Amino acid sequence: MDSTRTMTYIEAIRDGLRTEMRRDPDVLVMGEDIGGEFGGAFKATKGLEAEFGPRRVMNTPMTELAFIGAATGMGLMGLRPVIEVQFADFISTGFDSIVQYAATTHYRWQAAVPWVIRAPADGGIRSGPFHSQNPEAWFVHTPGLKVVAPATPADAKGLLLAAIRDNNPVIYFESKPLYRSLRGEVPAGDRATPIGRARIAREGQHVTVITYGEMVRQAVLAADGLAPEVGVEVIDLRSLKPLDRDTIMASARKTGRVVVAHAANRLAGVGAEIAADVGQTAFEYLDAPICRVGGLDVPVPFSPPLEDAYRPGADDITAAIRETVAY
Amino acid sequence: MTRLPDDLSIDLHYWMRLTRTMDDQLVTLWKQGRGVGTTFNQRGHEAISVAAGMALAPDDVVAPMHRDLGCYLVRGMTPRRLMANQLGRATGVTRGRDGNLHGCGDLSLNLIGFISHLPQTMPVALGAAMSFSYRSEPRVALTFVGDGSSCAGVFHESLNLAAVQRAPFVVVIENNQYAYSTPLHQQMAIDDLAVRASGHGVESRTVDGNDVEEVYGTVEAAVAKAREGGGPTLIEARTMRMLGHAIHDGAEYVPQALLDEWEARDPLLLHEEKLTSRGLVDREYLARVAEKCREIVADAVEFAESSEWPDPGTVTDGVYAA
Ligand SMILES: Cc1ncc(C[n+]2csc(CCOP(=O)(O)OP(=O)(O)O)c2C)c(N)n1
Ligand SMILES: [Mg+2]
Repeated sequence: MDSTRTMTYIEAIRDGLRTEMRRDPDVLVMGEDIGGEFGGAFKATKGLEAEFGPRRVMNTPMTELAFIGAATGMGLMGLRPVIEVQFADFISTGFDSIVQYAATTHYRWQAAVPWVIRAPADGGIRSGPFHSQNPEAWFVHTPGLKVVAPATPADAKGLLLAAIRDNNPVIYFESKPLYRSLRGEVPAGDRATPIGRARIAREGQHVTVITYGEMVRQAVLAADGLAPEVGVEVIDLRSLKPLDRDTIMASARKTGRVVVAHAANRLAGVGAEIAADVGQTAFEYLDAPICRVGGLDVPVPFSPPLEDAYRPGADDITAAIRETVAY
Repeated sequence: MTRLPDDLSIDLHYWMRLTRTMDDQLVTLWKQGRGVGTTFNQRGHEAISVAAGMALAPDDVVAPMHRDLGCYLVRGMTPRRLMANQLGRATGVTRGRDGNLHGCGDLSLNLIGFISHLPQTMPVALGAAMSFSYRSEPRVALTFVGDGSSCAGVFHESLNLAAVQRAPFVVVIENNQYAYSTPLHQQMAIDDLAVRASGHGVESRTVDGNDVEEVYGTVEAAVAKAREGGGPTLIEARTMRMLGHAIHDGAEYVPQALLDEWEARDPLLLHEEKLTSRGLVDREYLARVAEKCREIVADAVEFAESSEWPDPGTVTDGVYAA
């Protein structure tokens, strides 16, 4: 019998960390400023050091390359480190140890690297080029990694549990704009969201919007605005690698019209892969060209009018749906 | 103890006062909800950033960081452009592309802009120094890093490369005791950051970062040595970050006693006392300078707030050089 509690997206992340740390003494968290009363730049780990002590809540120097590499070594010894990079943008400082070392190890000599990197991503909050990025495509392009991106508090917890239990390096993209603005029901205790399974966030008959992260909220807003004339089905991917192709193709075949949306820049983004795959796999079911919505091919600009021009939202998704439906 | 020419000491004071005034104004703007994005607190760093900037010749290149407002000012970046950048306006240094002090580079002022990733600016500044060697130009490049940044691999790689190249390069560590919320002893197992230099064959100095004349004298000597072909120097300047990491941060994790100790050694007030006790200036002069700085900063705010926002239609402009 499961009970649920209502919490914010970031509380759900904390709940997920706490659940796993209580369950498994090999789970630890590490990163910059995450310990003590401070509890991290976004307070995701607040209170964890009081409960689990500094051995399991490890404040690191500002040395991503060293501590991500060290997490790989800890993983090889059977620990399950959960790394917080302070902003997803700073993940690039640890790039070699992620894409070259951790990602290839099991393929080369069959040793598992079971770490998770929590990467606070996404913008819309006037944080400029280096605190707003959505770098998921780099990692989806890397064999050996798994990549997840929760859009709801329930999945923020559920995917985190699954990521920690997974025996592979998993990059877990958090959406900063959801941290405190989104509340939802979260199952208490131990309920993992399986990696690789998408969720139908909203059912519809006429057009499918495939998206993830904060854009799920934008897509649902767009869908609400177009109802009841246009029945929009919104797929929340939850997992970007592996992709739930079954759910994607079933919906594409059902509606025959597909929009793919993400906040990351559109060029060579995750949406390009999905669009190509749907185009090839569900070709004879499609009634319109697949439409992609994404950020512009520029560094994320700081100033509000520029960031708003850069970043897609419900209006852009609405326009794309209209275009697709009108085709 | 360094004793500088009187007019230089007086000049250093002016730039520190201007830096302090602008920083105070930024804090006020953000508290009043007039800020855009975030802003990095400068209080405590004025002596280091001003003195290091002043110790350079006009042709030298400097890459200031997020606590070096003073250095930007000294090097000729106007309060108007800086304020407009803080407020995301089209008239700011980055035309709204980047925020606060990020990206405030201008090669016409021999200023290189930084990125957030710390300390990625250090090898870039080193590259400027290497280009001076390459072209046999008698110029020097200087950059700053934090105590936290001195832990990173690229810090050590850069020092090593600078040493091998005998580059005309000066690095100032602004040891302000904290990297965001993390105190020194959780960042490193040494007390003396200058020792980081010796493992790379680089000379080092340690200075009181709240004594503007001492910082000036030490940086000036390192710059002169670099210009004469004597290679790089690492200078550790000790200070205290007197406010939070950035405007949102109340810094409750900093012990009050530590702040009190450093508050008594405020770099600006220390220097004002020095100037008055030497009889170089009087209280009336200091009040006049403070008033002048307030006027300059008020004008910068007025300019920035009445400036246009960037045109969203230009969002893709400028990604590539022509
Ligand atoms: C590679 C990288 N990781 C994380 C951050 C986030 N961050 C911004 S400033 C900072 C602390 C920097 O400390 P320090 O170098 O001592 O400079 P200070 O801010 O104290 O002047 C951190 C962790 C960053 N900017 N770059
Ligand atoms: Mg510091």
